[in-house]
Amino acid sequence: MCTVCGCETHDHQARHDAGAIDFGAGLAAVHVAGWSQERTIRIERGILAKNDALARANRARLDAAGVLALNLMSSPGSGKTSLLVRLIQDCRSRRPLVVIEGDQQTSRDAERIRAAGAPAVQLNTGSGCHLDAHMIGHALDVLPLVPGSIVFIENVGNLVCPAAFDLGEAHKVVMLAVTEGEDKPLKYPNMFAAADLLLVNKTDLLPHLEFDMDACLAAARRVNPHMDILRVSARTGAGIEAFYDWIEARVRAS
Amino acid sequence: MHELSLLESIIDLVEEEHRKHPFQQVRMIRIKVGALAMAMPESLRFCFAIVAGGSIAHGARLEIEEVAGAGWCGRCCCSVVLTERYGPCPKCGNAPLHVTAGEELQLADIEVE
Repeated sequence: MCTVCGCETHDHQARHDAGAIDFGAGLAAVHVAGWSQERTIRIERGILAKNDALARANRARLDAAGVLALNLMSSPGSGKTSLLVRLIQDCRSRRPLVVIEGDQQTSRDAERIRAAGAPAVQLNTGSGCHLDAHMIGHALDVLPLVPGSIVFIENVGNLVCPAAFDLGEAHKVVMLAVTEGEDKPLKYPNMFAAADLLLVNKTDLLPHLEFDMDACLAAARRVNPHMDILRVSARTGAGIEAFYDWIEARVRAS
Repeated sequence: MHELSLLESIIDLVEEEHRKHPFQQVRMIRIKVGALAMAMPESLRFCFAIVAGGSIAHGARLEIEEVAGAGWCGRCCCSVVLTERYGPCPKCGNAPLHVTAGEELQLADIEVE
């Protein structure tokens, strides 16, 4: 039985050894019918109560281990994995960096992270459009949680659903590529409102685009006046040092 | 898109309730869904039977109470209807407003026998 969530019927344990966990196998549905008479039971609980409880457990576990976790979210293709690869190549000698990769299918991203020199576990969500706290609990079981290390959780590429699910991270980081359009924060406000940091990526492409950076930053500030904003290029490495400094400041503050 | 996960969470909560207060069958599940809560009632209704099937909630009816979005405009000193989370005040254009309703995502009660 799973010691984190008590689950017994998932078969996602099977692939732990291969560095990948598959959550696409389906919904557990075990129950035993009891007896009773007709009645209404008042519950009044948040639908995400279970996820939130598991997220709190993850957060307590990460805090106790002295590990800072960042939940990295964006649309597909904005450069999350490329940014992590660049960060690992440039900064892994300073702190242990580990990665939890979320995708619907394949272990391609985890393989890229490992090739860059960091431990990684791949979570496959099957039909799922986001990572949840339950999955992260299992990923933490198989990753080395060395005090002082940073765990990057690369969420499934999606600007909608991941915003609703607390994973137990210390901070949410949202990424937006300049190829996507400057009005993304207004179109997907929940995601940008939930983030502590916005990374504007692919800035090396700016000379070739009509991207209005001021309009983008104004849109981001409108939905989240308190969010930090950094401009980066995973391809050239511009701004990566500032991102690393931002992380270091969060480590010191934690 | 994540309505399926939300439904799985609802069934989890119902099964948790079943372990605490055993019952034979769930007749109705009532949930509150806010207009700003990033969940579509239509999708929830569409997927419900699939997720409930094989669980203690098999055959149950899903009732959704849709809660309208509302925000407080500090400039107008009044409550206004919000259809977008960070939308401006329809009277004076002030934004963002303090959301006072519409974020509900709650399992209210269940009818069992």
